[in-house]
Amino acid sequence: MNTASPAGLRRPDGPAKLTGTARYAADTPAHGAAYAILVGATVPTGRLTALHTEAARGAPGVSAVLTAEDLPDMPLGPLVQPLPMRRSRNGAIDYEGQPIAIVLADGWERARYAAGLVRADYADTRRPVVFDEAPDAVEREPLLSPPDETKGDVAAGLAAAHTVVSATYTTADRHHSPMEPSATYARWDGDRLTVHDSVQSIGLTQLALSTAFGVPFESVRVICPFIGGGFGCKGYVWPHQLLTAAAAKVTGRPVKLALTRTQMFTSCGHQPTTRQTVTLGADARGRLTALRHTSANAASLHGDHAEGATEASTWMYASPAIEVRRRIRHTDRPEPTPMRAPHQGPGMFALESAMDELAYATGIDPVELRLRNEPETDPLTGRPFSSRELRACLLRAADRFGWRDRTPEPRSMRDGDELIGWGMAAATMDTFRFAATARVRVDADGHVRVECGTQEIGTGLPGVIATIASDVLGTDPDAVEVRFGDTELPPAWMTAGSSATMGVGSAVYAAATELKEKLKELGVSGMGFAGSLGAAGFLEAEAGWGPEEGSDLAGRSRTYSMHTYGAVFAEVRVDDELGLVRVARCTAGYAAGRIINPLTARSQMTGGLAWGIGQALLENSRFDGYFGRFVSKNLAGYTVPVNADIPELDVFFVDDHDPHAGPLGAKGIGELGAVGAGAAIANAVFHATGKRLRDVPMGIAEVMAAGAAR
Amino acid sequence: MGTSLQPTLYLTVNGEKREVPAPDVRATLLDTLRERLGLTGAKKGCDRGECGACTVHLDGRRVLSCLTLAVAAQDADVVTVEGLATDGELHAMQRAFLDHDAFQCGFCTPGQLMSAVACVREGRAGSPDEIREWMSGNLCRCAAYPQITAAIADVAERAAENESTPAESGGGRS
Ligand code: FES
Ligand code: FES
Repeated sequence: MNTASPAGLRRPDGPAKLTGTARYAADTPAHGAAYAILVGATVPTGRLTALHTEAARGAPGVSAVLTAEDLPDMPLGPLVQPLPMRRSRNGAIDYEGQPIAIVLADGWERARYAAGLVRADYADTRRPVVFDEAPDAVEREPLLSPPDETKGDVAAGLAAAHTVVSATYTTADRHHSPMEPSATYARWDGDRLTVHDSVQSIGLTQLALSTAFGVPFESVRVICPFIGGGFGCKGYVWPHQLLTAAAAKVTGRPVKLALTRTQMFTSCGHQPTTRQTVTLGADARGRLTALRHTSANAASLHGDHAEGATEASTWMYASPAIEVRRRIRHTDRPEPTPMRAPHQGPGMFALESAMDELAYATGIDPVELRLRNEPETDPLTGRPFSSRELRACLLRAADRFGWRDRTPEPRSMRDGDELIGWGMAAATMDTFRFAATARVRVDADGHVRVECGTQEIGTGLPGVIATIASDVLGTDPDAVEVRFGDTELPPAWMTAGSSATMGVGSAVYAAATELKEKLKELGVSGMGFAGSLGAAGFLEAEAGWGPEEGSDLAGRSRTYSMHTYGAVFAEVRVDDELGLVRVARCTAGYAAGRIINPLTARSQMTGGLAWGIGQALLENSRFDGYFGRFVSKNLAGYTVPVNADIPELDVFFVDDHDPHAGPLGAKGIGELGAVGAGAAIANAVFHATGKRLRDVPMGIAEVMAAGAAR
Repeated sequence: MGTSLQPTLYLTVNGEKREVPAPDVRATLLDTLRERLGLTGAKKGCDRGECGACTVHLDGRRVLSCLTLAVAAQDADVVTVEGLATDGELHAMQRAFLDHDAFQCGFCTPGQLMSAVACVREGRAGSPDEIREWMSGNLCRCAAYPQITAAIADVAERAAENESTPAESGGGRS
């Protein structure tokens, strides 16, 4: 194993994280706060008719037990998930786990004990509506592209095709399961509210709280330097956050709330199961004549969450006829939410599995098949690509993996009892871009400080900020101080959708460039300029960046087809008797614009590959349709990859620069890594066993049931 | 329900005698460290022994502090992540984690570090596969696993190269 240290800037926030001094939300000192535990509904439907709280109220150390009647009405701002405890809902139960009471006590032990004493009566529970039985529906207000998009005549394209493949694929319900359960600390000082939270957007949380409590935006301060992982489940605002602030308001005492691991499975979203059908027609040389991709995903009864699983099928491959259709199905379940990687994560599993099926049906090598279908311009819209280096990813990754040594025949490679399978898939991710502002300051002694109201979720953003600022100003990146995670700093939008390097990075670039101009005007060059900055002793510049006019709500370009790309190659080993699938190695190449810090960028991709391995082999949050609930609300029943599941991962970036995405030439990477690996592994399992598994995850039971093992 | 045990619980944490007045008998070592002693380095990822984020050393052994009652740690030597570095110098394992980028969000990291130090000391860091196996009780959802494995292998190799210097060179009470 190569243990040489890789190149790139070490994380500036590293020492704090390594010594236990980095402060996460639940680490906020209580300082007289009450400890809060939520009590959840034990049924998925019906009405709450009575809540018995006397025993809990009388338990030692309990200061209050709050129910819906005790809480103020809280109007919901944008992207706030429905607040089921509101009085107006009349006791309606929408999902198992829905908060019905808050227990406040001195210490976790006492709060936990008292929470167990709360009893509830329910009426009118009914059989839940489940995914398999619910009808397809269209979102009321699509947040993504239109649900249906077409070009050309798919029926004609299929009729004229030399080869047609068509199959249905499913992806499972999955939970984000960040290692840090969500936690919120809230304190009121008169009309001013201070909240320590674990959120992917302190600004959105600030907006939600000021809207809910009818106080000015500036009266709410949200602090969140570090998030212990989010992966989407801390992106929107969830009920427990508002409930914590409400509890602090009505009791007049600070409140510290942490969700339990079990509550993480019902309180802040999941990636819903999808059912997708892909139909491909190709001519004798493997060039597509038609592509149809339809998808349906589970949504909650009142919610509209859509997985844009079909979106990438409009830009991946050249085809004269394309048809995509996206549907949701309203079911009794907690609200789903975007999860790494949304849309393309589930969608590319289906499309890239189908491409592999087409490769076998036509007898064309899977890499070659993709190269033959490489488009000149966006296949649906005809827009130019802002940058697209998929070809380089495919060729270089194939070379590094040793693809040419593969014998394409299924079950043709073996090592003792183990069947060896080599599979590959392309990857792509949409490009979301959000506005941000930043302030850069330099002191007379040359000390540089960057301030931005963003938050560090693990992507290494502080190092990216330091790198960009030091590049512009010509300083040592290690000497740049970066401040973040506080709404008192210049605002930035969500750390979500792989957007932070573009948004925050471009704002830092703009502010640093402006500061450099100011220094030039003063006749100062270089950083050794003690005393030359006048009486103030420092100079600063604040600037912002946002996607150009005409971009859509999510900052997606309407001028260019703007995406990131990659190619993933996987070797699996399948125990021919036990049906156990293990990933032995992966090679993946990515094109995602300019890479700012290669050290942390590589970690993003290897982490993403592990998410793909989880999608392919492990992660399945089983939903019990009779009881209307997730079955294994813990990390023993819901299995995520452990160290021993992840092999050597060979990751590289190809040269890419996207001049249209932003001034840095960079695009997003955090989610791209989680796309493609799922299909590459499934395709490798087919190569190993000769059996096509179209439902992920592929556990031992599924592999055995498919007869994939002998 | 009477939950107060005795006036005071005495713990030795990172070499220091600490007092916890009026402890709750049900309090775990994890909650006691975090809420009573202000040592929030050890993290609560699940509170039920599934994730390893709460790993600390008890008399030199790695244990899950969420499954250890504080009263049971009364006579033991407790070392948390806060006790790894000495005089501002990072422990060799912390340094290797930094150099190999063996963490992302950092939430599992205190537990990974405590397990990693113990893993080397237990003699379970002989190969990458052995490290992977013996580090699989510590979940990392950011999946910094390859980097964690590389960091531990690095420390273990350097410790083996220099037999006279123990694996935990670089300071620390652990
Ligand atoms: S918090 Fe102790 S094992 Fe998860
Ligand atoms: S670094 Fe985020 S969970 Fe390990």
